Amino acid sequence: MSAAARLLALALRQTWRDARGGELRVLVAALVIACAAVAAVGFFTDRIRLVLERQAGELLAADLVIAGTQPPADFLDAEAGRRGLAHARTLTFPSVVLNADASALAELKAVAPGYPLRGALKTAPEPYAPAADTRETPAPGTVWADERLLAELGAGVGSTLDVGASRLTVTRVLAYEPDRGGDLFSLAPRLMMALADLPATQLVQPGSRVTWRLLLAGTPEAVAGYRDWLGLRLPASMRVQDVREARPELRVALERAGRFLGLAAVAAVLVAGVGIAIAARRYALRHRDAVALMRCFGVTQGRVLALYSIELALLGLAGGLAGAGLGWLAQQGLAAILGELAGGTLPAASWRPLPAALATGLVAVLGYAAPPLAQLRKVPPLRVLRRELAPADAWTGAAYVSATLAAAALVLWQAGEPRLAAWVLAGTAATAVLLALGAWGLTRLLGRLRGRVGVAWRFGLANVSRRGGASIVQVVAIGLGLMVLLVLTLVRTDLLAGWRASLPPEAPNRFLINVQPGEVEALQAELHAAGLGAATLHPMVRGRLTQIGERPVSAADYPEPRAQRLVEREFNLSWAEAPQPDNRIVAGRWFGPGARAEVSVEQGLAGTLGIRLGDRLRFAVAGQSVEGTVTSLRSVEWDSFHVNFFVVFPPGALDGLPATWITSFHLPAGRQALIAELVRAHPSVTVLDIDALLSKVREIIERVVLGVEYVFLFTLAAGLAVLYAAIQATRDERRYEAALARTLGASRRVVLQGLIAEFAVLGLLAGVLAAAGASALGWGLAQQVFDFPYRPDPLLWLAGAAAGVFGVGLAGLAGTRAVLDQPPLATLRAGV
Amino acid sequence: MRATPGELDAATGRAVPIVRAERLGKQVASPEGRLTILEDIDLELAPGEQLAIVGASGSGKSTLLGLLAGLDLPTQGSVWLDGTELSTLDEDGRARLRAGRVGFVFQSFQLLPGLTAIENVMLPLELAGRADAAALAQETLARVGLAARARHYPAQLSGGEQQRVALARAFAPQPAILFADEPTGNLDRRTGETVVGLLFELNRELGTTLVLVTHDAGLAAHCNRQLTLDAGRLVVGAPS
Ligand SMILES: Nc1ncnc2c1ncn2[C@@H]1O[C@H](COP(=O)(O)OP(=O)(O)O)[C@@H](O)[C@H]1O
Ligand SMILES: [Mg+2]
Repeated sequence: MSAAARLLALALRQTWRDARGGELRVLVAALVIACAAVAAVGFFTDRIRLVLERQAGELLAADLVIAGTQPPADFLDAEAGRRGLAHARTLTFPSVVLNADASALAELKAVAPGYPLRGALKTAPEPYAPAADTRETPAPGTVWADERLLAELGAGVGSTLDVGASRLTVTRVLAYEPDRGGDLFSLAPRLMMALADLPATQLVQPGSRVTWRLLLAGTPEAVAGYRDWLGLRLPASMRVQDVREARPELRVALERAGRFLGLAAVAAVLVAGVGIAIAARRYALRHRDAVALMRCFGVTQGRVLALYSIELALLGLAGGLAGAGLGWLAQQGLAAILGELAGGTLPAASWRPLPAALATGLVAVLGYAAPPLAQLRKVPPLRVLRRELAPADAWTGAAYVSATLAAAALVLWQAGEPRLAAWVLAGTAATAVLLALGAWGLTRLLGRLRGRVGVAWRFGLANVSRRGGASIVQVVAIGLGLMVLLVLTLVRTDLLAGWRASLPPEAPNRFLINVQPGEVEALQAELHAAGLGAATLHPMVRGRLTQIGERPVSAADYPEPRAQRLVEREFNLSWAEAPQPDNRIVAGRWFGPGARAEVSVEQGLAGTLGIRLGDRLRFAVAGQSVEGTVTSLRSVEWDSFHVNFFVVFPPGALDGLPATWITSFHLPAGRQALIAELVRAHPSVTVLDIDALLSKVREIIERVVLGVEYVFLFTLAAGLAVLYAAIQATRDERRYEAALARTLGASRRVVLQGLIAEFAVLGLLAGVLAAAGASALGWGLAQQVFDFPYRPDPLLWLAGAAAGVFGVGLAGLAGTRAVLDQPPLATLRAGV
Repeated sequence: MRATPGELDAATGRAVPIVRAERLGKQVASPEGRLTILEDIDLELAPGEQLAIVGASGSGKSTLLGLLAGLDLPTQGSVWLDGTELSTLDEDGRARLRAGRVGFVFQSFQLLPGLTAIENVMLPLELAGRADAAALAQETLARVGLAARARHYPAQLSGGEQQRVALARAFAPQPAILFADEPTGNLDRRTGETVVGLLFELNRELGTTLVLVTHDAGLAAHCNRQLTLDAGRLVVGAPS
């Protein structure tokens, strides 16, 4: 047998013997919990993500869209069919439509049967009647028109319209179209027809301004596979769209959802790490005798290290596998509950999180458990003669560095977002330092205090200060555990409430656009009279960005498709005296009085197009050019559904340019009649109903909140288990001491009170400092990562202190109490 | 310079000692200043000899044993074990020197609680990479009369039985030298006698050199040489 094989055999035997003796129970349990939590969160997050993507897909009417000005090549459809993807084509273009003498500019959309691939069209038998989902598309010879087009043409269901060279009959009112996207506020009214009728209209000629779309949908793997295949084959004139680019409101919601789930995963990793570290320390302490003996028998330090490293790696692997399995089961359970609530639409989990769980096991073991075990090799052989000899506390120096690195690596990886990871890590590290300092101070203080208290307290408090190093470790572990639990319970509730509050029930669900200057006051008065409050109408001017500084702007300058589209499109410019309430100035300052040639730009747009504070922007508006220097950048809450603008000028700067006004308001359910009245009184005003979009976003929020709650519940359970492990860490020692005290004549009560004193003091300190850490972390997360206001709940402090004193006290007693019911001799004989 | 113990040293014409200590001293730092535990110890032990170190509790016996076995380093003087000066080696070097050559028996048995009797005996054999570890361990356990208890854990054995397992563990690798620190210290008189009987039987059979630390003059009498320690110094002209 080679030396390596012999070492492996030896390590295997050692592992098996340790496992048999129950030595590994706590360590393996912590490992399995860690990996299970990561796996469950991973599996579950993955499924939630799939649900979200599917939901989001409804707003694209597909999972993937290829768009361009030329008809898509046939091989694109063929390949989709070959890969089992559903596919359908649409074509949109502006055209004038006639009804007898009346004419209107409409946005025509010709669709193939099967459209939409995701979501559903809603139609109504007549204008403003209740609409219902349909799976059909307009039959050849017929068209569906929206209310606005019918109003503009003075037409109704049954009217026959001139569309190019064809005459087509209106059979239904089109109420909702899932992918009616792009710029909500600048749409012409819609007329939908069958793609088969298109040639006869003779409307599409070479050079016409049309957009062809190829819609694709299928399993996530098939879609991803198609996208990869597409890669270089995509003709230059076409581009791929997904929903994140199409809808800023949803992008924000999806990003927040991802962050919440990331936070849950990070919490799981941290909690589990504390458990593994504690368990490994205990394991190392209990193996000092074995190592001392081995050293006596002539085993070198290197071999001791090798033996324990192999054992650790085996444990990491086994823990990872078991944890992944358990996590998968747990996640099945969660999904069953959640699937029910989500209408049974939860797709199957992918296997992607499996390697993550396995790697977590290994990284956690290496980072958290290796340092105390590596210290083992330094156990002096003389320990066989003098038992009190031991290396310096096993949990020091290198251990901190290694655990921090391991935590950082895992957190960064699980969070999927550096900012979130940075905040959580910084918060945790700061709390750990705070806890260590606090605990150190406490042990010093108690060392002085113990002469002045009764015998029971002296017994307990003396223990805290005598076990100096161990007490500090314990306070840090318990404190970190409590902090994570507090973040998971109270802070999470606050964060989720903050998210929900960002889209209250009275969020605007109707937009009025195309309001002419002369109608502004009348409309404002009518809305007010209807009890809809004081609506603010915002002016809107369409303009194209032509120059940034000295540089002419062209789409070709930007590699990013999103940036290209922004440049190609016209922007909505506006003017305002004061920023919108939900806007925040992030750089520069808002216009001073009398400002003219200045602009305030939304920060996301500025980032995408490379616009900086102080840049001079030039816009082309109706043949004229307008200029302004960027004096402020704003953050905008796009998901608030209030009217917002990328670019805002000071009042007066856009005078004389063609402007229309726009507003949004909340229309309570059952007041649809009001809309009909408004449209009748102001035929040119367009009403946009975004209830469907709004409820989509709300649905996403609700589902994610629900998912996060369940995932957090799982992490919470893991946290409690780990906390218990931390308390158990010094149990052996405590038992021995309690037995000794009883032998020396201490009454049961004195020993019990001593234990209570010790645990209560440790718990109180850990709890209060944990509350401090949790509120700081909560604040940081809310302000810096999730972008909503946060007021720390004073309850947090109370909960922290109470959980510390009672939780730690009770759990500690539960672990040590048994000793009081046993004859002390039994404990003393069993040794430490 | 390394010489093989047992051979005649060319210069002196005497057998090369397996253990040799010269002007050995040990001091430790204590709250009351430096504390001298051992001072000026000279001794030599030829292969096959049996040396008893006697002395009151606290006289420094265990400390001396630890120094002779290379478990610790002296503050003054030198120790040669099996012809090698220990202070020229680092921790790992000393461990390698002990491997397979040195056996130990302790007052508190020092069996690993998680391992069965036979596994405890196998441990040093396995660590030395012996392929016949199990057979040899079983054989040695039988030799100390515990064949039937091989699968028992230490907690299931009496003190005397535990110490017999420890004897089997010490002798199974057939070490050149055995260090025993108060092997009967935790046992009652009769059990102690059984263990001592076994210890000397095995010692004779295998020709092991023995260093035995005890405060029991009766036990010391079994050895062919005795040294007495008093407050860290060898007592000259001690009873033999
Ligand atoms: N590392 C040490 N630090 C402080 N005191 C020690 C140390 N090692 C031994 N001693 C002290 O030296 C004396 C001798 O110890 P030891 O060799 O164990 O005696 P024995 O085995 O003869 O009972 C004792 O008083 C012991 O407390
Ligand atoms: Mg001693």
